[in-house]
Amino acid sequence: MAKVAFTENIQRHVPCPETEAEGATVREVLEQVFAGNPRARHYVLDDQSALRKHMIVFVDGKAIADRTGLSDPVGAESRVYVFQALSGG
Amino acid sequence: MSDTLLVSTRKGLFTVARTAAGWEIDRVDFLGDNVSLTLTDPRDGVRYAALDHGHFGVKLHRSSGDGWEEIAAPQYPEKPEGYEEHDMWGRPLAWSTARIWALAAGGADEPGVVWCGTLPGGLFRSADHGASWQMARALWDHPKRKQWMGGGADLPGIHSIIVDPNNSRRVFIAVSTGGIWLTEDGGESWVQRGEGMRADHVPPELTHDPIAQDVHCLVQCPAATQRMWVQHHNGIFVSSDEGRNFTEITNVEPSVFGFPVVVHPSDPDTAWFVPEIKDEKRIPRDGKLVVTRTRDGGRSFEILSRGLPQSHAYDVVYRHALALDAKGERLAFGSTTGGLWVSEDQGESWREVTHTLPPVYAVRFG
Repeated sequence: MAKVAFTENIQRHVPCPETEAEGATVREVLEQVFAGNPRARHYVLDDQSALRKHMIVFVDGKAIADRTGLSDPVGAESRVYVFQALSGG
Repeated sequence: MSDTLLVSTRKGLFTVARTAAGWEIDRVDFLGDNVSLTLTDPRDGVRYAALDHGHFGVKLHRSSGDGWEEIAAPQYPEKPEGYEEHDMWGRPLAWSTARIWALAAGGADEPGVVWCGTLPGGLFRSADHGASWQMARALWDHPKRKQWMGGGADLPGIHSIIVDPNNSRRVFIAVSTGGIWLTEDGGESWVQRGEGMRADHVPPELTHDPIAQDVHCLVQCPAATQRMWVQHHNGIFVSSDEGRNFTEITNVEPSVFGFPVVVHPSDPDTAWFVPEIKDEKRIPRDGKLVVTRTRDGGRSFEILSRGLPQSHAYDVVYRHALALDAKGERLAFGSTTGGLWVSEDQGESWREVTHTLPPVYAVRFG
């Protein structure tokens, strides 16, 4: 199972403890996390379920390429980080 | 008369209360966070606060007493597969709430109904105190909606919502830029209003087109609903037939440009504005912060300055940052440079509450 960690800055709005989730893509992994933490979903994804403009997701140290479909692959041992991008100020 | 002000700022929500010593900051909520707007529902006292967390998106909170709880924020519908829509800049238009720019209580006969206007142009209605929201699809799907353009922001937005006090199914909205729209069936169908307004920033063939109008703020006199006032990008306009036709008012010193307007609840001829030099110079003229008031339907205006800074004041007052209480006696406004002033005599004199707030986005009694 992939390990999923969230930016510290999101914690005061909605607690998002580090967790583990299963899935072959970023979408599958995040959907599993949000199934157990539904409030977190709209802090990370926009109304069309794309990554919010100034959010960024890293898989094993690499920023994902598909910010809309979240189709980037995730391995069983991957580490997924959900951070805010500095572009958002 | 209301003894409470809710002041929405770039860095928190400040509750200001009238005490024996004057108006004082009584409470701070959401300190550090961007609060764009509040609504105190006059029917049940429930408060709503719109927050913009930037990275984490737009949120809504509700308070029925002491604390705040996060509730659902309006959510745009899923974009149909393969459907493409672009904004005025040619970029793909995101069907996603970019800002909450208007909050209004429904009519007296529909408790729990709240309306919400957003960027990029979606209007939402809740029938359960904001627990869930439904988009007014007829407006979003209206072919002319795609002609709306950005005004103060890159994207078009609904900033004014007026529910007819005599018929809750009649709702006016105003759009920057997109003019004035009316539904008479609770949102099932929409027509454009607002003949007579004039837009200088478009080609001549569009100058008088109601959809090209950059309405900054629209208000209606609750006791005389035929009367509407508009603070527009090009100046001040007044209507005596419920927004069908507007007349431009030009004889206003120090200027006709500004963002907010409020109208007296029972006297349709009395309205207040906060002028700035003009669109490309958005500061008070000569560094003197003033409020203008008409009491004769726009035939004449008074400049109200007693108690306001009259030297090197560069305060800008946004469209939601001027408030009038329900009795029409007290006014308050906040500025981009953190000033907050209150008048208890219809604007004749003003008292500074503070000049060290974060940039003020909205001021509301309640």
